[in-house]
Amino acid sequence: MKISHKLVLHFPPRIVEQPVINNLIRNYDLSFNILKASIIPNQEGYVVLELSGEQDKYDAGIQYITSAGVKIESLSRSVLRNSERCTHCGACVSVCPSRAFSIDTPTRLVNFDDTCCVACGLCIKACPPRAMEFHF
Amino acid sequence: MAKTIEEINEKIKQGKAVIATAEEIISIAKEKGSSCAAREVDVVTTGTFGPMCSSGAYFNLGHTKPRIKLGSGKVTLNDVPAYTGYAAADILIGANALPDDDLRNRVHPGEFNYGGGHVIEELVAGKDIHLIASAYGTDCYPRKSLDTLINIKDLNEAVLFNPRNAYQNYNVAVNASDKTIYTYMGILKPRLTNANYCSAGQLSPLLNDPYFKTIGIGTRIFLGGGVGYVAWNGTQHNPSVPRSDNGIPKRSGGTLAVIGDLKQMNNRWLRGISMLGYGATLAVGVGVPIPILDEEILGYTLASDADILAPVIDYSSTFPQREADVLAEVSYAELKSGNFKLNGKNVATASLSSYSRAVEIATTLKEWLQKGKFLLTQPVVPLPGVDAGIVSKVLNERS
Repeated sequence: MKISHKLVLHFPPRIVEQPVINNLIRNYDLSFNILKASIIPNQEGYVVLELSGEQDKYDAGIQYITSAGVKIESLSRSVLRNSERCTHCGACVSVCPSRAFSIDTPTRLVNFDDTCCVACGLCIKACPPRAMEFHF
Repeated sequence: MAKTIEEINEKIKQGKAVIATAEEIISIAKEKGSSCAAREVDVVTTGTFGPMCSSGAYFNLGHTKPRIKLGSGKVTLNDVPAYTGYAAADILIGANALPDDDLRNRVHPGEFNYGGGHVIEELVAGKDIHLIASAYGTDCYPRKSLDTLINIKDLNEAVLFNPRNAYQNYNVAVNASDKTIYTYMGILKPRLTNANYCSAGQLSPLLNDPYFKTIGIGTRIFLGGGVGYVAWNGTQHNPSVPRSDNGIPKRSGGTLAVIGDLKQMNNRWLRGISMLGYGATLAVGVGVPIPILDEEILGYTLASDADILAPVIDYSSTFPQREADVLAEVSYAELKSGNFKLNGKNVATASLSSYSRAVEIATTLKEWLQKGKFLLTQPVVPLPGVDAGIVSKVLNERS
């Protein structure tokens, strides 16, 4: 069965210069789409990517990068809405390029669908009460 | 048969008053007919929760030992400057105030993460606020500096006093230029890609009483989660704007100046907010009860989002240049649908005012009235109406 997940990969400084993603793709037959990345030599780096492939190969690939020292988090746990600060105004709705925000009818509460999120960060500064947070 | 405010208050005290929100009354009147609804329903509650820049609060701090004259000195609250043009221990902070070292728009668009609105929110939340002050020293107020934490519970008075809140109606902002602009109406993408609006529409207080038949100076209201009062008409109050056949203004129209004890308010309803590239401000919750004295007053509360029109304004040219052009008029029903057509183009809409919070305010006010916790007031003086002949003035420079 083919699966696809959006992940945040954290690279500790000692492996930033190793071709981890290259190995992941070649050896495990997975496809990837990088959404966002920050890799600086000798510092911690991160890559946000969508990783897809057959379930067994995906699991093996995840096992490989984990053993290589990469910390993996689901993107949905990395871009969060602070529900205490959100006032459900809706200013985020037209700013988000991936339509992760929508207005529920009839309550007119703002929904955040983190599976649509591509971690571009536009909502972070566009949100008037600063309710959207990156946890990378 | 007309009712009086005294009669309605008597029913509220007995727990017998019939209250509906401005959203509920629309379907009630459809079902029962408006003359029946006007007899049965005593109060319609309204609400709005959105950025209201002309907001601020004043405090009396109590006197230090030895005394310091803060009046005409310098005071900051969490680094945000307060106004000190009053007496020794009275200071005022405005929602738009920014720390002196804020970068503002030097790196455009500036973030404005903390300002006067945030200080008010934190104070209301019961957090300690860092006050730093300097003064010039006098014989009777010898002290010249002060560095302390303050807390709302230790202040003699903390009063929210907003010179302009609860705009009757408001502009819909678009951007016809070729580049993204950052405005007090939010981020506007180029070539009419999106439109931002800011009103609770059918729930908004002054849209439910378009001629100010019941709302006036002294009207008791929901303010910032507590009880407040209409102090005056708001600044830029303009009842002389064009109106639809139903009497509802098609431009911004009337405004309210409101006042209330900050100590009984709640930071859910006073929220410091940041508008990218524009500044810091305060989102305020306001709700006004409308006594249904007769069928005419009820009739005004029946306007739904489809009946209320707002002007579409280009914030890349017309607005900054203070020109009068209105690109189109669009109803709140269209705005809430998520998009509308402008010059043949589909424009995506978003709101800066929280409708779900407006519903919550109207519902809270309804509960207060049902429990007899909140009584209606007879206005001391009506707000200036259409016959006041108000003409909005502009500032013409001269030397």
